Amino acid sequence: MLSSAQLHRRFETGVAWTGSTGLVVLLVLAPLLSLVLYAFDGSFAHWTHLLDNVIPRATVNTLALLAGVGVLVTCIGTGAAWLVSAHDFPTRRWLGWALLLPLAVPTYIIAFAYMDLWHPIGPIQTLMRDVLGIASPRDLRLPDVRSLAGAIFLLGFVLYPYVYLSTRFMFITQAAGMIEAARILGASPYSVVTRVALPLARPAIAVGVSLALLETLNDIGASEFLGVQTLTVAVYTTWITRSDLAGAAQIALSMLVIVVFLIQLEKRARRRQRYATVQRMRPMARTPLKGWHRAIAILLGWIPVLIGFIAPALYLVSEAFKRLDTVGAVSLPLLQAGLNTVGIAAVATVLTLAIGLMVAWSARRIRESASTVTPAQIGARAASLGYAVPGTVLAIGLLAPLLLVDQFLDTTLSLLGFSVGGLLLMGTSAGLLIAYVIRFLAISIGSFEAGLSRIPASIEQASRLLGEPPTRTLRLIHLPLLRPALVSAALLIFVDTMKELPATLLLRPLNFDTLATWLYAEASRGTYEEGAIAALLIVLVGLIPVILLARTQSKPLVPSRRAL
Amino acid sequence: MKKVVPSVLRSLFAVTAVAATLSPAIAADEVNLYTTREPQLIQPLLDSFTKETGVTVNTIFVKDGLIERVKAEGARSPADVLMTVDIGNLVDLVDQGVTQPIDSATLNNSIPANLRGADGQWYALSLRDRVIYAAKDLNVGPLTYESLSDPKWEGKICIRSGQHPYNTALFAALIAHNGAAETEQWLTGVKNNLARQATGGDRDVARDILGGICDIGLANAYYAGHMKTAEPGSDNRQWGDAIEVIRPTFEKTGGTFVNISGAAVAKFAPNRDNAISLLEFLVSDQAQTLYANANFEYPVKAGVATNAVVESFGEFKIDPMPVAEVATYRKQASEMVDTVGFNN
Repeated sequence: MLSSAQLHRRFETGVAWTGSTGLVVLLVLAPLLSLVLYAFDGSFAHWTHLLDNVIPRATVNTLALLAGVGVLVTCIGTGAAWLVSAHDFPTRRWLGWALLLPLAVPTYIIAFAYMDLWHPIGPIQTLMRDVLGIASPRDLRLPDVRSLAGAIFLLGFVLYPYVYLSTRFMFITQAAGMIEAARILGASPYSVVTRVALPLARPAIAVGVSLALLETLNDIGASEFLGVQTLTVAVYTTWITRSDLAGAAQIALSMLVIVVFLIQLEKRARRRQRYATVQRMRPMARTPLKGWHRAIAILLGWIPVLIGFIAPALYLVSEAFKRLDTVGAVSLPLLQAGLNTVGIAAVATVLTLAIGLMVAWSARRIRESASTVTPAQIGARAASLGYAVPGTVLAIGLLAPLLLVDQFLDTTLSLLGFSVGGLLLMGTSAGLLIAYVIRFLAISIGSFEAGLSRIPASIEQASRLLGEPPTRTLRLIHLPLLRPALVSAALLIFVDTMKELPATLLLRPLNFDTLATWLYAEASRGTYEEGAIAALLIVLVGLIPVILLARTQSKPLVPSRRAL
Repeated sequence: MKKVVPSVLRSLFAVTAVAATLSPAIAADEVNLYTTREPQLIQPLLDSFTKETGVTVNTIFVKDGLIERVKAEGARSPADVLMTVDIGNLVDLVDQGVTQPIDSATLNNSIPANLRGADGQWYALSLRDRVIYAAKDLNVGPLTYESLSDPKWEGKICIRSGQHPYNTALFAALIAHNGAAETEQWLTGVKNNLARQATGGDRDVARDILGGICDIGLANAYYAGHMKTAEPGSDNRQWGDAIEVIRPTFEKTGGTFVNISGAAVAKFAPNRDNAISLLEFLVSDQAQTLYANANFEYPVKAGVATNAVVESFGEFKIDPMPVAEVATYRKQASEMVDTVGFNN
């Protein structure tokens, strides 16, 4: 029997966790709230113009882009995951982690790389003209990459790893037993895929696709560069060209409808998912491929890597090599920018993980049968909203709340006799860190929730019955079991933070550059090829976590017995 | 739980400490510059300012949201000087109340009255004309801005996004000269003549001309200066060598459209004196020559020589329409870009 004091403490603990989630939700909602204030601060008169001339077109473009990218990442991501999980062929082991490499390439870099590669005077078309014996580029006009189709293609080939990652994880951890059972029962390879593997992978595909589509929706670099008039571009035009922040906020908030729709879609696809299992996780037996099947597998498997990583990376290497020739070496400020990037991305990753774990933990299902939605679960949804808002819009919304805190801090500290002389958050990288946490919290909450959902509630019940308090249970039982989720979330957040551009540009302190802002500065004076060295550094630094990610993915995922 | 909280706090403090060390210490004699101009372009100017005065220049390059940031920072903003391109952006700074009037004889004597704001709220520092790049082998000859809608250019014109400030400013000038109805017709004509999506940058016009995508295009003249003087054999040089620069004129005035880059002193500038001396330095003969030679722009100050390459682009008559008047049509021009579906 628990004493009343113990009961009391237990109750308080629950409230404390939920309360902290509440604080996090406040933090995430603050920029959205200030956007709402901005939106109502202006007139709605321009909506006739917008509805007549901008919104319909931009909506169609946006939906077409989302649909195209959605189909492409689903096919590439799921196909690649199935190929390397269920088959054996030469180079499979290499391919397994190489397929993750495009994660290291930001969308704005792939856009300008292909702009160069596919340009009439770029290497590909020049070679084609040489082979065909055509003298002038005027005599051979091929489709331009600066189009909706070009944007779908390029975004698809850098964003598919989100689907590949989650789907492959599902194939490795969950599907083996059922797929082998189906095979033993005589199912054809085709029906193994359509009736067992795909339905099993559906929740994982949904998670990956929704991440990829949110990235697509928020993308400004690639779509603006390629001339696709999306809603996000309309937000920018309204804000920048027409100096109408209120109007921009109004469009941005309307876009949340699409975001909510995407999140609902993901939730529907994940419905009836209850995969809690303590069964030992093991990879499925792979079918060796022979003859021309083998050749096709190798070819198809490596194409996404070639398009999404190898071609742009080689391009960057060759451009950087040319510059090194003229510049002599990597300049000191660029090196400093590199250190800044790694430092702030690391700190942001730790913070985002800690907060995400807290939110996911307080929203966990304590009893298997629990069907009511707790405030903490609603909180977890709300805390994920930051990922859904375009970076600049988020940053603009964050300015007012950040500075409100800054002024409060400044006033309070001066009253206490510590004058910091100015802005504590905006004057340092703290404001930037807050922006990163808000922006990428969804990744960490999502990963931990998925991880927790695979841990049966009975384990926690056992631990609690044996008298362990929740925090100790978290530390001794859940954390070790959550390790794979933690590692993959950490690496995704690190890479995303490193690539982040719009919020970094607006919220960083004086004299502080990251690789992304450095590259952007070069690109914005039209000399993006001069930024090749910075771009290459982004890709190289981004590679490190991606390779780490690949290594943890290929390791057995069973936590050590000792942890239990 | 009791144990967790302090350890979370401790790690938070550690994080803040790390974050704080990521920001450099602030020097004593300094001026803080918020700029939308690319740092590499203005760095030589800032370096020589520091060398001359001993004042350190801290910079942040902000592209979008400079005004929002300064406004939100309010009275505690460290910003001293706000620097930007395009007349519209400069006028916005004043309209949004983030600048302060200054009175400097040096600035008033160096900058013509139509290139600075009333009460010294903003100052132009350099001029940039928007010109036509044309394939060298075509020998196009003189052109007016108005003639770009001529159907003979169908499928032959390259241009960056119609919503880019460089373009909306030019379209605004056309509205000021020819009225909205005529300009809308003109813009529709140009739209029909486009060879590709209106996107990319001004250098892409030269590159696409070399690539055979288009014959002519609109771009700022200084990019041609950069490309034509780039290292022989480099991509940029090849693009630059493929084009000739034609200074188009407005039919009514025979002048060429000129936009500005400029700066203002921030409303709450903590280092106001240094801010003024930075502006004064930027209109000195030395700095104006640097503007002309490092970025191929035109000096605002009379008597400072222009760069020889830019000189070679031919006769240059600045359109007499005051830039501030052009700025008033900017929003209308931007909406017109939507109406005719210029970027679609």
